[in-house]
Amino acid sequence: MRQFLQQLVNGTVLGATYGLIALGYTMVYGIIQLINFAHGEIFMVGAFAGLASHRWLLPDSLAGNAWIALAVILVAAVLAAVATAVLMERLAYRPLRDAPRLAPLITAIGVSIVLQEIVRKFYPGGNRPQPFPSVITTGAFDVGGVRVAWISVFVVVTAIALMVALQAFVRKTKTGKAMRATAQDPDTARLMGIDTNRVIVITFILGAALAAVAGVMYGMRFGQIDYRIGFVTGLKAFTAAVLGGIGNISGAMLGGFVLGMVEVMAVQYIPYGSAWRDAWAFAVLILVLVFRPAGLLGERVRS
Amino acid sequence: MVATKRRSWRIFTLVMVAAIALSACGSDAEESGGDDRKVARIGMIVPLLGGSTAVGIGIRNSVDLAIRQANEKDLIPGWRIELAAEDDGGKPEIGSLAANKLVSDSSVVAVIGTYNSSVAQQVQPILSNAGIAMVSPANTNDTLTRGQNPATPVRPHKNYFRTATLDSLQGGFAADYAFNDAAIKNAVIVHDGKAYGKGLAESFQARFTKNGGTVVGEVRVIAEETTDYSSDVTSIAPLNPDLIFYGGEYTAAAKFTTELKKQGVTVPLMGGDGIVDQTYIDNAKEAAKADLGTSIGAPAEQLPSARAYLDAYNAASYRDPGSAYGALAYDAGNVVIDALVKALPGKTSVDSAVRTAVIEAIQATNRDGATGKLAFDQFGDTVTKLLTVNQVAENAWKPIKTGEFAG
Repeated sequence: MRQFLQQLVNGTVLGATYGLIALGYTMVYGIIQLINFAHGEIFMVGAFAGLASHRWLLPDSLAGNAWIALAVILVAAVLAAVATAVLMERLAYRPLRDAPRLAPLITAIGVSIVLQEIVRKFYPGGNRPQPFPSVITTGAFDVGGVRVAWISVFVVVTAIALMVALQAFVRKTKTGKAMRATAQDPDTARLMGIDTNRVIVITFILGAALAAVAGVMYGMRFGQIDYRIGFVTGLKAFTAAVLGGIGNISGAMLGGFVLGMVEVMAVQYIPYGSAWRDAWAFAVLILVLVFRPAGLLGERVRS
Repeated sequence: MVATKRRSWRIFTLVMVAAIALSACGSDAEESGGDDRKVARIGMIVPLLGGSTAVGIGIRNSVDLAIRQANEKDLIPGWRIELAAEDDGGKPEIGSLAANKLVSDSSVVAVIGTYNSSVAQQVQPILSNAGIAMVSPANTNDTLTRGQNPATPVRPHKNYFRTATLDSLQGGFAADYAFNDAAIKNAVIVHDGKAYGKGLAESFQARFTKNGGTVVGEVRVIAEETTDYSSDVTSIAPLNPDLIFYGGEYTAAAKFTTELKKQGVTVPLMGGDGIVDQTYIDNAKEAAKADLGTSIGAPAEQLPSARAYLDAYNAASYRDPGSAYGALAYDAGNVVIDALVKALPGKTSVDSAVRTAVIEAIQATNRDGATGKLAFDQFGDTVTKLLTVNQVAENAWKPIKTGEFAG
């Protein structure tokens, strides 16, 4: 029982990370039907920018204060990730807005490789895993024999808070309304006076900011990052987005938690599950798609 | 207006792409010598861009050092040796591409590499079919020189040699240390499923249980790409092991040991030569403290024979350290260069006769190297079987026991 609860904690933390990245996939898909495979690299760029700011920007006198250090790292990560995403949208995706679907998809894979190579080549020591500071604390506390690291609490609380904030933004604000309108019908939205290009850029910015936060949290939790972390994590997050119903914001978060849970429970309860955890995760994806082709919370795709 | 704006963006994009492409070419380009000596190339297949790059770069630099010294001394009249280093990213499929590229280069006389045993499994047959000698400074998997059945060892490839010793010796040495010296009775065994990690874990397990130790729980396989080890650690923790044995490389091991200590499993993690690298300690930080790892050979700093290598390496001011395999790679380089000294003089070009002569000359090697005596047995394995157990203390790997595996 204690082990089950501990795994529940593990799965929640893993799922929160997946969900946070999945939001970026799902929002961009919802607006322009592009599967932005370079989104995982935005997450990676965010993590590296955070690390760089801690190493070179942060004065030693302030590095001792965990919250200031965290704020600096987060701001740097978000700025770098947003800048990369905006540049990516402008240079790689906008010129292909009216091209056949396959062209931007292939371009996304290209952008992903370019970003990986840039970090590998130009970040000092980027060709090997870099240590990441734990920043706030490495401590943990016990609840009924279940050990919870403070960083895990931070990860889950931040992820849920950001998701609620994003929902509120999309539902309540004028820009959010414009996003929903663009997602429904970009041509009509433009006729109604909505600057759809601006809306698309905002979508990329929001996704990138969330991914950057996820990147920093990844670094703080695992203590090291390398230029390839975006690929595997991005793939999982994309799976989470599909699982939850791509284009659906709550779905991305739900998909993340389901995927995280399946992975940890497979390790715990299926013999030799640790070697096959990804297989179980994808088996669940296939099962869900067989019975609900649009994902857990997805709606019928409009034609 | 819109059209020109769009065009300027296109030009900007084009320039960016061109700049990236050019910068990529610039650094990888081979330097071409300005003399009229004929060129013989020593190929190399190690992780330079992905995988355990810290080790791969150390190997490349150390072989480069041996080649530079040979060229300066003009060891082979009329010939200049060049290094053709290829990246394998620690992945078999990239390694086989690199091997095919080297095979198609008619000036390649021998290949040094690989680092990963799993990559060697793919590269061996390609070089074997082409009749090119292969000398690895780091492969430790037994099957590479002894075939699939340990009871009746058969050498699969006559062209394959290594200056590193076997996992069965390394795993056994580790198990003896754990059981006899560290009084460890219960161990959990984890590996990454690759040839090296699996072979090492199995040889540790065999010796550890033979000694009387107990392996608790199932042997876990955790793929290298796994980012989150929390669920594995949760299921390991109640087994109360005295030691976690990890067969794999430092990138994954650093994350694994971090998670172990985070969940309060404070027993040491023990690994093989794949985790004995400074990066492991830098990345795992305080979680690495008291962790154990075996390494191949005696520590270079303690071997009088390695002094000359270390001094020369430091004098050559490479940007990265020689790593745990530097001395073994330097020896591998000199083994190949020695063979070229015998095989090349009087030849006008590199042909299959030269390549065969190189293989024969390597088999007949008998000299002293940085890591000790250099000679190969009937399987292509080194006759020097020194091993060392290291422990993390004061932010560095400190050798605590050196010896030969009793068998």
